[in-house]
Formats: sequence, structure tokens, C-alpha cells
Amino acid sequence: MKLKVERRLVESRRRTISITILSALSLIAIVFLACGVNPILAYERILYGAFGSIYSISETVTKSITLMLCSVGLALAFQTAIWNIGAEGQLLIGAIFGSGIALSFPQWPAYLLLPTMFLAGFIGGALWGLVPAVLKAKFQTNEVITTLMMNYIATKILEYLLYGPWRGKEAWGFPYTEIFSSSAQLPTLGTTRIHYPTLMIAFVTVVALYILLTRTKLGFEIRVVGKNPEAAKYVGINYAKIILLVMMISGGLAGIAGIGEVAGIHHRLRIGISPGYGFTSIIVAWLSGLHLLSTIVVSILCSGLLVGGEMIQIALGLPIGVVEMFNGVFLFSLLIGEFFLRNKISLDISSKKIESRGQVK
Amino acid sequence: MSTIEMKSIIKKFPPATIALDNVNFSVKEGEIHCLLGENGAGKTTLMNVLYGLVKADSGDVFVGDKLVKIDSPKDAIELGIGMVHQHFSLVPTNSVAENIALGHPSVSFLFPLKKVKKTIETLSERYGLSVNPDAMIWQLSAGEQQRVEILKVISKNPRILILDEPTTILTPQEIKNLFQALRQMATEGRTIIFITHKLDEVMAVGDRVSVLKQGKLVKTLETVKTNKQRLAGLMIGRAVLFRLKKPGIRPSKVVLEVSEICALNDRGLPALKHVSFYVRENEILGVAGVAGNGQSELIEVLTGLRKAIKGSVIILGKDVSNQSPKNVADAGVAHIPEKRIRIGIVGDLSVADNLILREYRKTPFSKRIFLKKDFIEKHANKLVKEYNIITPSISTPAKLLSGGNIQRLIVARELQGQPKLIVASHPTYGLDVAATEQIRRWLLKQRELGVAVLLISEDLDEIFSISDRIAVIFEGTMMATVDADEANLEDIGMMMAGIRIE
Amino acid sequence: MSQEIIAILMSVIQAAIRAGSPLLVGTLGEIYTERSGVLNLGVEGMMIMGAVSAFAVAQIAGNVWPGVLAAAIVGAAMAFIHGFMSITLKVNQYISGLALTMFGSGLSSLIGQQYIGIRGYSLKPILFNFDPLVYFFILLVPILWFVLFKTKTGIDIRSVGENPEAADSSGVNVYLVRYLCTIFGGMLIGLSGAYLSVSYIPSWTQNMTLGRGWIILALTIFASWDPRGALLGAWIFGGVEALQYRLQPLGISPSLLGTLPFVFTILILVISTRGTFRRRMGAPSALGKSYRRGEK
Repeated sequence: MKLKVERRLVESRRRTISITILSALSLIAIVFLACGVNPILAYERILYGAFGSIYSISETVTKSITLMLCSVGLALAFQTAIWNIGAEGQLLIGAIFGSGIALSFPQWPAYLLLPTMFLAGFIGGALWGLVPAVLKAKFQTNEVITTLMMNYIATKILEYLLYGPWRGKEAWGFPYTEIFSSSAQLPTLGTTRIHYPTLMIAFVTVVALYILLTRTKLGFEIRVVGKNPEAAKYVGINYAKIILLVMMISGGLAGIAGIGEVAGIHHRLRIGISPGYGFTSIIVAWLSGLHLLSTIVVSILCSGLLVGGEMIQIALGLPIGVVEMFNGVFLFSLLIGEFFLRNKISLDISSKKIESRGQVK
Repeated sequence: MSTIEMKSIIKKFPPATIALDNVNFSVKEGEIHCLLGENGAGKTTLMNVLYGLVKADSGDVFVGDKLVKIDSPKDAIELGIGMVHQHFSLVPTNSVAENIALGHPSVSFLFPLKKVKKTIETLSERYGLSVNPDAMIWQLSAGEQQRVEILKVISKNPRILILDEPTTILTPQEIKNLFQALRQMATEGRTIIFITHKLDEVMAVGDRVSVLKQGKLVKTLETVKTNKQRLAGLMIGRAVLFRLKKPGIRPSKVVLEVSEICALNDRGLPALKHVSFYVRENEILGVAGVAGNGQSELIEVLTGLRKAIKGSVIILGKDVSNQSPKNVADAGVAHIPEKRIRIGIVGDLSVADNLILREYRKTPFSKRIFLKKDFIEKHANKLVKEYNIITPSISTPAKLLSGGNIQRLIVARELQGQPKLIVASHPTYGLDVAATEQIRRWLLKQRELGVAVLLISEDLDEIFSISDRIAVIFEGTMMATVDADEANLEDIGMMMAGIRIE
Repeated sequence: MSQEIIAILMSVIQAAIRAGSPLLVGTLGEIYTERSGVLNLGVEGMMIMGAVSAFAVAQIAGNVWPGVLAAAIVGAAMAFIHGFMSITLKVNQYISGLALTMFGSGLSSLIGQQYIGIRGYSLKPILFNFDPLVYFFILLVPILWFVLFKTKTGIDIRSVGENPEAADSSGVNVYLVRYLCTIFGGMLIGLSGAYLSVSYIPSWTQNMTLGRGWIILALTIFASWDPRGALLGAWIFGGVEALQYRLQPLGISPSLLGTLPFVFTILILVISTRGTFRRRMGAPSALGKSYRRGEK
């Protein structure tokens, strides 16, 4: 009796998603049990925390804005076979650039200040993404490590600014800058925290990128580069240009997400404006199957999990690391789902009576 | 006992290929048994089953009259079966001795190479296969690498030796040496299974021959009791045309003029030394040569993928030396690449997308920044019909097509640009008979229409059957160029081995 | 005056060696894993799990050494998971490693929550202010080099990483070699984490690895997948880290100085990748690609 792994002929996305979700639910349930928590209760609380009230839904939508922006850029990058693990840092630098504008020109009117901040955020994130891109295009340097390193560097720069030149008041040991002037604060929907201008930018971006990828010459070139860079060079596609462009877009979008966070939610720059959004977006992008349009729905779902997760974390006294652990488990489930997308397992029962394994006198 | 019997072997490769269709194959002890068939007939698959690289769907294998289960090469090696593959299984960054030591059962843990080097010496002498044990594999020529491969297999003292198309990269002299070594081994009582598609070799070295055709074993014969024509007939099953009829056209204007090209290979060694030649309209220049003599580098220089450190490439008067691949293509050059899946297509993209890979920037296919989807679709449907590309739909990913259809796709795409020069590199390698014939016909058609064709191929049959002139490349130099009508096989063979003919 | 300079130099070298020790053993482990063709991006997660396991078990047992052992076991177990996903299930090795890192980071903060701020058991230095683990790690270098380049096992490992088809065809069990190398690598990475929490900084804080796992990945490339290179790289890097603290009194912001290791990592990565291209001593050719018999 042997476990046989065979390539599947027909790939069914639906099957993948169901298996992914099933394994994620089971594995996470095990984690809950190990923490002494009733998983069913926990799931209930999570769902309620995510979608159970107007407040929950609004929080879910709010968090999904950042995820949407980051993950659509990542989906684009991953499709081009550029493994951008640096969305976290790109978000921070974008936030830093935007905050710099907000702190320098607090007297500007909102219709001038906010767009400038968004632009600055895009530029900041784009530049941060450009560095690893140049290294990859010119020196073939592995972008996984460089983008990761840039994350740490960005965190350190943020630290430096907050403890140094931009130091404002301090609350519970965590420094922040001065509060932004009212013209640097994004309007929100009613009493919720949904900073709708960023949300609109997110929607427009997803659709625009989708059209770019599927209907334009540039999108065609991006797809060719992603699937076969050698052939791309061969038909005259400028490989370097594509890599630089895609990383700038991906980084720039993360930067805009950063602006959303500082101008829309926190109204100041502080440590911890991104509790791992960069990494969660990787999961969102992967779960969307790298389809740009799907990132909208998947972002909302995942942010629901985040919101619900945060609620029970506080309610059940679990440490912060739990959410990260769930991320890891989720990613594993995704891989298991992908595995079943391509393979099927069967038991191989041999019925040969005379068997001599490789032995001859 | 080193007899082999394979009974009722069936192997299918989904979705629709039946690689082995109830094959019954047996080999006698101490004989050299040739397995003959065209590309894709199932010869390699059958031997891969015997060697444990492929698991048959059903059927039994007997070694020396005992039923055995071979699930991995390790099992096969334990049974005394050794296989020399078509594509070498050597590790380029290791030395010869290390490669031979790999997986060798009687190699010690510490200082494994001491004993191995002695063994190499002994075997080299006995069979006339000399190599430098400390050389790195990537430094060796194809012929030398094969010697290493053979030594590696022999060092495990197999009673049964399988060789898969071993002569593809050898010069005629090296082939003679190989056959001598094989005969020596046969007299020692070893059984040799020799996979080939070349009739001459079967007659030269085989005791018996089994013919495979489309997964079925057609017949097993003693070579002394048969002849090439009969075997060819069994292999293909219809009257074989050894030369395709070429309409006689007089070539005129020079399209491609290559002068004094010098180029280096990936390791920085000279690969092309002052190569000069020309190809005219209405003409096919066939370049013969054993693989690894500069053909790949020549094609890369011609298509803009490799820098020439000296010399020029001129197309219809335009100097395209060291230009980008795009500029070269725009000058009217079409390229049918050797590595069709690697650079010929983008496997994950659809058939339709692949068909516009070259033309997508041009007007009917795109307007300003947008692609015109409906036109692209129409175009794809037209080409699929015209070129007999068998595909479930135009949105199927190109990688799912069979080799022959991928090649048809590539040809269809490349011919769209109305090229003035076609560079065809091993265009029918590994394809089935129908595709092979079709592609050769298309090349002849283009020749008729005035296109210049540069054909680089290892298949001498192909070179002889469609070329107007034949050149030979050896160690980066063009040996003489002769008219196809006046060329004969022996002369070409000798030039391929480096001997100039007056 | 010169005596002072020598004293400063000695202390920097000492700090460099200590700072470099976790990097050294971790890189040695990753070298073996990658030589067999498996790319393990889970180093960071495994390292931090090693750190927390060592600390926790040391607390429970009242002695450091059970903690060190536990770290090695935990590292091996996590490596086994990565191995199973990458070798048997043949999923995307990049993502599998990333998932492991996320999982490990998260789990470690869960386990470590109760140990924050507690004074830990630490190893006693035995010679020149270095504890036994430092010497052990250094000793590993010639041993692992010898095994990799001068023994039959080494030939098997290198062949599996360069050309798994060739190795398989020669009768080598590709899957077994990869599993063993991955698990062995995991053990060493676990030890590198243990070193952090029982010797270098004998305490537990969240995220105490601070990106060292990723630095190990870069060092593996810098070392050209050769244990000797690991020694050089780890000590140079340790020097950068030591320098970082020495420069603080000069008034440069500690945060900005904190970027040094990461900037340096990027630099060495760029240099290594360019150099190896020409030197033909590049990455194992099959690195990161799953092997399935019969498939090209």
C-alpha cells in the first residue's frame, strides 16, 4: 500500500478554495484548542466581530482599504514573477513622505494638501520599491531579500524620525508626531473610520490595473515578462523597463495605503501604523489567485478576519503574535489547497502475488 | 543471466497519448539488440520503464527469467542494468571522477575518489575511452562527456547496458570507437540494447533489431537477414522518400551576408572563428555539424542574442551586426528556435497571444495603448486553420499543445511578418512524422516564394533532402560549402570531424 | 596609547565573533539545505522558535543545555514541515518558507509571552570570554567543509542540488538527501536561535532575532555555499554589528545605525550575485525547484 501522488488533468479553482478554507479552519481550530479556547466560540466571535454590527462592518471596510491597495500591487508584481515582500516598508516610506508634507504645510487648504500628500506617498513608496527593482534589473539581485531588508531599513528610519526630528508628544511610551492640521485629515463616511477618498482610489486602481494588464500593449508585455522573461527579451520587450515600472506601481500603491493610514485613520505619524499589512497583503494576493479583480473581495474577507481576530485577541487575552501565526497557518492552507489543485492522492494497492523487489540470484 | 523479457507493457500519458501499446520485447544474452523507430515511437519510454524512470500502467518485466519490480533506477542498478541517456545525467560543476563516483555502490565514505580514479584508468584502457579524471564536466566536449557517461555506467559492471541514441553528438570516428567498445563488451557476455533511429547504425553494429512504430512493436529481425529498405518500411509504414522533390529555381540576390564573425561562448572561449558565408533568395543553405561546434552561438549572433566581437551581419544591404533582437527581426528575419518551449513560446499565455508575440505593436493588432482583441482573435483563428495547429481553442495555454503543434504555431507566427530570411534551428527535432514533413514543405514553399533559408540541423537526412547548398561547421569554423547535388555523405561526415576536403 | 588601541581592537574582534556566532551556525545549516536544492525562507521563523524554545526549556529544566537541545529539535521539526511541503508535496518553496516564518514568529511570541522580562540562564564563558557554543560552531566549519567536499555524502548532496535527474538516475535517493539536509539545516538554525537567548542576550524579547534569519540567507549566497565562506561572512557581519554599537557614542542616532546591518546585507548580496555569475560557482542549479521523477 503506498500513497500515490499524481498530476491532475483538470484544475478546479473552486476545489482549491474549498480545501484551502477547510484546512485553514481546521488548523486554526487546533491552534485555538492548544490555547485553551473553544474554537467554535472563537469563530463565532470572529464572525460577529467582523460583520456583526454596523461598527464591525465599517471597521472591516476601513481595514480593507489598505489591504486592497497593497494586494493589488502585489498581485501585479507576483504575476510578473517579482517577489515583492517589501510592501510593509513601501507603505511606511509613503506614510513618511506624506507626513513630511503634512507637517511642513499645515496651512494649505485641503484640496491642495491632500492630493499632494497622496502624490508624495505614491512617490515615496515607488522610490522604495525602485531600489530593489534596479538591483534586480541591473545585477539580477534576488528581490526577496532586498525588499525584506528595505522593510527593516524603513522601520529604522521611522524610528529615527519619531524619536528625533519629528518628535511630538508621547503617549504610553510610543512617540508620535504632532497631530496633522484638519486640512491634512481625510474625510470619513459618517461616524465610521472609512476614509472614502482612499477607498475610491483603491477601487479605481484595481479596475485600472485590470484593464492595463488585459487590454493594453504594456499589460501584454508585463504578462510575457512574468511568464517567460527569456522570450520577452527575445521579442524585444525591455525587461528592465517592465521590472522598474511594476515595482514602482506596487510600491507606489503601498505608499498610498500609507497615506490612507496616516491621513485617514491616525491623523499623525506613529510607530505601528502597519500591524503587518504588508505581509497580510501577500496572503490576500495569493488567495486571489493573483487575479487583480478578485483582490477587492478577498481584501474585504481578510480584513474581516483581521478585525474579528483583533476583537477576540483582546477579549481572550491572546498575545499579538497570534494573528501572525494565523497568517502562517493560512498560508500553509493555501499551499495545501494549491497542492490539491494540481495533484490527486490515491492509495496504490498492488495485487501482484509474485513480487521480488529488485533481487535476482 | 542477462536476458530481458518485457511482456504486455502498456503506458499512457494523459490526456491522449499511448506511448506503449502492449509491447512484448525480449533480448538474448550477449547480443547487441537495436531498438529502432522514429522520434516518438516509444523507444526511450520502453527503456525508461526497464530502468525504473517511468512506471508502466501494466505489464511485467523479467530479468533472467525472474519476475522483477523496478520502481527506481536504484532497483535497476541492483539488477545489473545500466543506462546511458540521450541527455547526459552528469553534474557540470563536479569533476569526472566525482560524477563517476556518484551513486556508485562500492565507493567509500572517506576519500571516495581514490578507488574511483583507479577504476577509471582500468576501464579507459580496456575500452579505449580516455578521459581526464580531474577535469570539470563543463570543460569537456560533448564527445568527452559521453565517454564519461559511458564509463560511469560501466563502472557499476552492468550485465545489461542500454544506450539511448548515443551517436547524435559524435563524429564518425568517435562512432567507430564506440561500436568497437560495444562489441568488446558483448564478447564479455554483456547484453546491449541500442536505441537509434539511424538505419546505418543498426546494420553496422546490431545482431538483432526490433522496430517500434507509434508505441507498437512491429517486428524483431536478425540484421543479417534484412536490409535498410525493409527496416525503413517497417519503421514508417509507407514508401520512404529519401529526397523531397525540389522545384528547380535559380537563386539570385544575396539576402544574408555574414563576414568574419568572431564570437565567444558562455565560458569566454572562442566559439566562432572568422565565419563567413552567404544565403541568397530562393535558396536553402543547410549547415551540418555535430552539436556543440558553434551552431548555437552562430544563431544567437544572427538573431541579436549574442555579441560578435568581430565581423558583420548584413541583411539585404542593411548592417544589423550586434543589434537588438527586435531590430534584427524588424530587418526581416524570422527565427524558428531550437529551444521551442524555452524561447519560442510563452507557455502560460494563450495560443492567440503567442501568435501576436512579434506583431502586437503594429496597427491592426493595437491602437495607441490598447490591444484590439477582436482582430487578434480573428487573426488567431485564421492562422490556426491555415497552419493546421491542433488546439482545443485559441485561448488554450500554448504549453498544452503537442511538440508538433507548438512548432506549427511558431512557424505560423514567424512567417506572418513576411520575412526575407528564415533562420531555422533544428526545426523538426523530436517531432512526429506528419509535423516534420509539413515543416519541411513550408520551408520549401518559402524558398519558392523568394525567401532565403538558413537551416541548421543535426539530421543529415533533413539537410540532404531540402538544401540547395550544404556547409559544415566544425569547432567554430565553416568548412567547405558544396552544392547539394554534388555532396556525398562520406565527405560531409569527414568535414564534420574536422577533415578538410579539397 | 598603542595598548589602548589594541584593547579596543580586541574588544571589537571579540564582539564581532560573538555577534557572528549565530549567523555562522545558521549559515552553515542553510548552506547544507540549499546545496541539496531546497530553498528555505523559513530561517527567521525557525531561528526565533529556537530562541524561545531554548529559553523556555532552560527555565523549566533549570539548566541551559536541555534548552539548547530543545532548540535543535524544534528547528529540525519545523524544517521537516518545510521539507514535507517542498519535497513531497512539491509546493512553491518560497511561499512555504514564508508561511513557516510567519507561523514561527507568531507562535514564538505566544510561547514567549510569559517569559518576557525574566532573567534567563546563560552559558558560562570558558576561554577568552567565549562560551562553548562559539567554539562548537567554529569547529563545525572544517568538519562540514570536509563532509561537503571530500566525502561520498558530499558528492551526493552537491549532485542532488545541481542536477537531481542525474543523481536519481545514478541511484541516489534524491528525496532522502533533501530531507536530511533540510532537517540538518533546521537543527543548526535552531541552535543559532538558542545562542541568541542563552548566550548573546540571555533573555527573551519578542522579535529578538531582528531580521538575522534573512541576513543568513544573504550570507549563504555571500559564502558561495561553502562553509569557509560562512565563517568569513559571519565574522565580517558580526563586525558590522559590533561597530554599530561602538559608533553610538559619536552621537549618530542609534536607529540610523541600526540600518547598517541591513544596508550591508543588500551590498554583499549585490556583490556576491555579480561575482558568482562570472566565477561559475553560483547557486546550486536546482535550488528552489521541486523534483519529480520523469518530469523535465
